[in-house]
Amino acid sequence: MTQKFRTTDGGLIDRNRPISFTFDGKSYQGYEGDTLASALLANGVHLLGRSFKYHRPRGILAAGSEEPNAMVELRTGARKEPNTRATTIELFDGLVAKSQNCWPSLSFDIMAINNLFSPLLSAGFYYKTFMWPVSFWTNVYEHIIRRAAGLGTAPTEADPDHYEQCHEHCDVLVVGAGPAGLMAAQAAADKGARVIIADEHVLLGGSLNSEDLTVSGKPGNDWAAAQVAKLSAMDNVHIFTRTTVFGYYDHNTVAAIEKVSDHVAVPAPGKPRQRMWIFYPKQVVIAAGATERPLIFGNNDIPGIMLAAAVRTYTNQYGVKPGSRAIVVTNNSDAYRTAIDLHGAGVTVVAVVDSRTHPDAPLAAELASLSIELITGKTVGAAGGGQRVAYALLVSTQGDTEEPQRIDCDLIASSGGWNPNLHLHSQSGAKPVYNEAIFSFVPGQSRQAEVCVGAANGSFGLQECLDQGLAAGAEAAKLAGFKGKNKKPPKAGDDGDYSIEALWISPTPYNKSYKQFVDQQNDVKVSDVNLAAQEGYDSVELLKRYTTQGMATDQGKTSNVNALAILAGQRGEPIPDVGITTFRPPYVPVAMGVFAGHTVGHEFMPVRHTAIHDWNKKQGAVFIEAGLWLRARYYPQSPSDTMTDCYIRETNNTRNNVAMIDVSTLGKIDIQGPDAAEFLNRLYINNWLKLPIGKVRYGVMLREDGMVFDDGTTSRLGENHYFMTTTTANAAPVLSHMEYYHQTVWPDLDVVFCSVTEQWTGIAVAGPNSRKLLKKVIDIDLDNAAFPFMAVGECHMNKIPARLFRISFSGELAYEVNVPADYGEQAWLELLEAGKEMGVAPYGTEPLGTMRIEKGHVAGSELDGRTTALDLGLEGLSNRSKHFIGKHNSARPAMLAEGRLQVVGLKSLEPGRNLRVGAHLVDDKVTLESVSQSQGHVSATTFSPSLGCSIALGLLKDGTARHGEQIDAVFPLDDEKIRVEICHPVFIDPKGELVRA
Amino acid sequence: MLRIECPWCGVRNEDEFSYGGDAAVDRPSDEGSPDEWYDYVYTRNNSAGKHTEHWQHVNGCRAWVIVVRDTVTHKIYSTVPASPNLPTGKAGVDQT
Ligand SMILES: [Zn+2]
Repeated sequence: MTQKFRTTDGGLIDRNRPISFTFDGKSYQGYEGDTLASALLANGVHLLGRSFKYHRPRGILAAGSEEPNAMVELRTGARKEPNTRATTIELFDGLVAKSQNCWPSLSFDIMAINNLFSPLLSAGFYYKTFMWPVSFWTNVYEHIIRRAAGLGTAPTEADPDHYEQCHEHCDVLVVGAGPAGLMAAQAAADKGARVIIADEHVLLGGSLNSEDLTVSGKPGNDWAAAQVAKLSAMDNVHIFTRTTVFGYYDHNTVAAIEKVSDHVAVPAPGKPRQRMWIFYPKQVVIAAGATERPLIFGNNDIPGIMLAAAVRTYTNQYGVKPGSRAIVVTNNSDAYRTAIDLHGAGVTVVAVVDSRTHPDAPLAAELASLSIELITGKTVGAAGGGQRVAYALLVSTQGDTEEPQRIDCDLIASSGGWNPNLHLHSQSGAKPVYNEAIFSFVPGQSRQAEVCVGAANGSFGLQECLDQGLAAGAEAAKLAGFKGKNKKPPKAGDDGDYSIEALWISPTPYNKSYKQFVDQQNDVKVSDVNLAAQEGYDSVELLKRYTTQGMATDQGKTSNVNALAILAGQRGEPIPDVGITTFRPPYVPVAMGVFAGHTVGHEFMPVRHTAIHDWNKKQGAVFIEAGLWLRARYYPQSPSDTMTDCYIRETNNTRNNVAMIDVSTLGKIDIQGPDAAEFLNRLYINNWLKLPIGKVRYGVMLREDGMVFDDGTTSRLGENHYFMTTTTANAAPVLSHMEYYHQTVWPDLDVVFCSVTEQWTGIAVAGPNSRKLLKKVIDIDLDNAAFPFMAVGECHMNKIPARLFRISFSGELAYEVNVPADYGEQAWLELLEAGKEMGVAPYGTEPLGTMRIEKGHVAGSELDGRTTALDLGLEGLSNRSKHFIGKHNSARPAMLAEGRLQVVGLKSLEPGRNLRVGAHLVDDKVTLESVSQSQGHVSATTFSPSLGCSIALGLLKDGTARHGEQIDAVFPLDDEKIRVEICHPVFIDPKGELVRA
Repeated sequence: MLRIECPWCGVRNEDEFSYGGDAAVDRPSDEGSPDEWYDYVYTRNNSAGKHTEHWQHVNGCRAWVIVVRDTVTHKIYSTVPASPNLPTGKAGVDQT
């Protein structure tokens, strides 16, 4: 019979719905309602993996998300998910899981030899061992570490599933749907508050499902189910199952992860795998329960040693017998229930071992009535066994050296007390405080709108949970503005009082040395904590980093309080003086995919298309990203056309004939108002007060620190009407910059402006034949006298209303036509048609770049945020008799001193060898190895069709005064060195005669 | 996640805003000394506590606002328009 360890009846699983799954290639059966862990235990499988450092056999410690050991690789192929806790995986048909960190097999693992060398792997071993020699770092140590350490392996294929992000507002968020949470949700909802209640599990009720409890005379799970049904029927309650609240952030923002499809093999069509929720609650009630901590004794990591409450969960909720011969070891009253429940399920309980000498009388009497032996004043000093626990050695808590008592068993249920789950409370900014009654931390003063109730508040009794939940839910609703009378809480059945005496480390038999694990996931032992303290790493934060305790994927949920109690013992100080580390989100591991949500691949950022985009695409243009825009880079005419072929052809066509480029991506800002000119005058370094209507001016803007920010042209269209263009990259920053000064510095200026980038299509028509072309379609006089260089005018292009600017970036006779964007493609086609007889052709950003370098126009690679107008040869434009942004700091002595990098032209003196962007400019005595003596760098390069050689712009120390000198451009990555001549940055038509022709 | 109450748009997520620096520094006049201009750009109090700062509702109404925020707790005490000239329904929003 399979499922040998299933109870004959009971539990909240559906025995009519068997489920098949495989673990390490072997098939098993479980039932609907099982987790992978409970189904494996039902089949007698306790060995699930190997530990992180020592490769020791590990099994199942817990029954929830606190599990440190039972991690498996879930699924295969692209959906493979490593380091998944078997205790939180809902069983589904066809589930495939694999053990991790073992080779060649789980039962025979070669790296287990680390277990014998453990003295080498003590606290801080990375820091101590891998110090020197340096050559060993990459050649030796890295291979050893990568092979030996680490848990599961990541999938190598892309995740085929998608993830969502959602936002939800509410009045009251209740975290956890145990007895306290269900009452809180009910109380808040009854007052009319909009309530969200979120719980990790699909079955709500928390401990009511895993413990033998009654509420209002009903079994706890039945009462919980009725309560959930009542909440589900309310319009103002939103229940989130399979949803873990993992982070509490500023301003009461709370994040949760909903595992929408993790309980099925493949998500249903249209469903995401997981969904991230950002909740905006007015009030938060944290009813997150508590986590049991294990007792620490020798070999306390052997499979078959489990938390006492987890044993009850497997027995009561899943109908699983986690062993046949059990002992229960405890320092508190709570674990007695494990013995009683195991006995009820038909498991032999050999003994309850209570470290206290005076256990609670009613519990002792109950054990006696069940004929379960009670041993007091003793504890388990060490366990024995290989891949499954086989016996326990009992020692006196006084640590005497008498013969230890040996008890054979295959299950040790251990309880060292309970820790309230304070993660969210701590993340909200609050400081937990130590409570002597429960030997653990409880919530401190709230810093945000949150309150902890029930077990999360250190109140472990069922009646307290119900009472506190109700009161907190009602109060939260009231604080959120809802009135109404409070109801009475239901009556809980007697579940006894919680009592505990501290026992942090068990004495070992004969005081011999044993491995006593504190953090099982990171293999941190008591001796590591002691060593860290002895070596001076004796604050909790240092301890954590030095030993890695609490830094594994479970964040030390079962080990943190134990670790700091041991540290306190080493320091000889009380626990509160040692303190507690800050909890940080996320509470459970969260897949990266859910943070990315839908913003992956093409959805990572929006793409902006100009009105000419479709036409460009049809032409087979090669595109380049310019910010979010896609711009045509060049236009291949045949499959064999290289980029170089294209930009040379397109440059030549512009220089010798006429060509068109889509410049719609330039930022465009419409500026109006009586103070518009004054505003421009302060934004730009140059003069704007006397620009006539119908004229364009090139302007340069600085930042307050004196560096050049942006450049572009601004035109005066009317008395109080201006039109600014910015570089494509700075369109948004320039607008924000203008808004900043207008709103915060000069609110007195009567001016308004807004971005019109997307309202206009801009087409530059450049080349000696551009006037001839435009004369065919433009309805105003274009003769040089009527429409000279830097003129602007309203006109029509055929029937399309247009603005015409006589400006040039290429250095040729050129115009820019702006039409409303809806006419953009039409205007483009009409211009092409009109220029057909002249051989007009489009050109892309690549020839645009070539021509701007030939003309020495500085652009983004020179406006790198570190150059002043003086460095760029633009200082001549400035008018220092007026005020402008950056005026004062651009005149600081360091900005005017010798030795600054200034823009220069560079010509390759080695025919056929092309200069490279990023090459350093060095004296010829400097070798390739000593580029630290760099005098500057190459910022932009091209092959110049007009000059027939490779040319560049560069930034060179005192470059303006060095025209005519020679220097080396070196590129050490490619062992490259090219002799260049320094020259004026304007390579062609230095007097600008062409643009004025 | 900070939640900033724009005087025009109401409470909005931090992602809709962009930070604009210290709002407590005074911009010198054109006659200001080089030292004053240097301080305006480079010298900042690194205060633990209340901090007056500029934010722009850049993915919203584009208004610049002055936020008083506690740099230790992130509590926001007030959010008011940076410009006295932009009309609002209220004189600024107290978020205490
Ligand atoms: Zn706004």
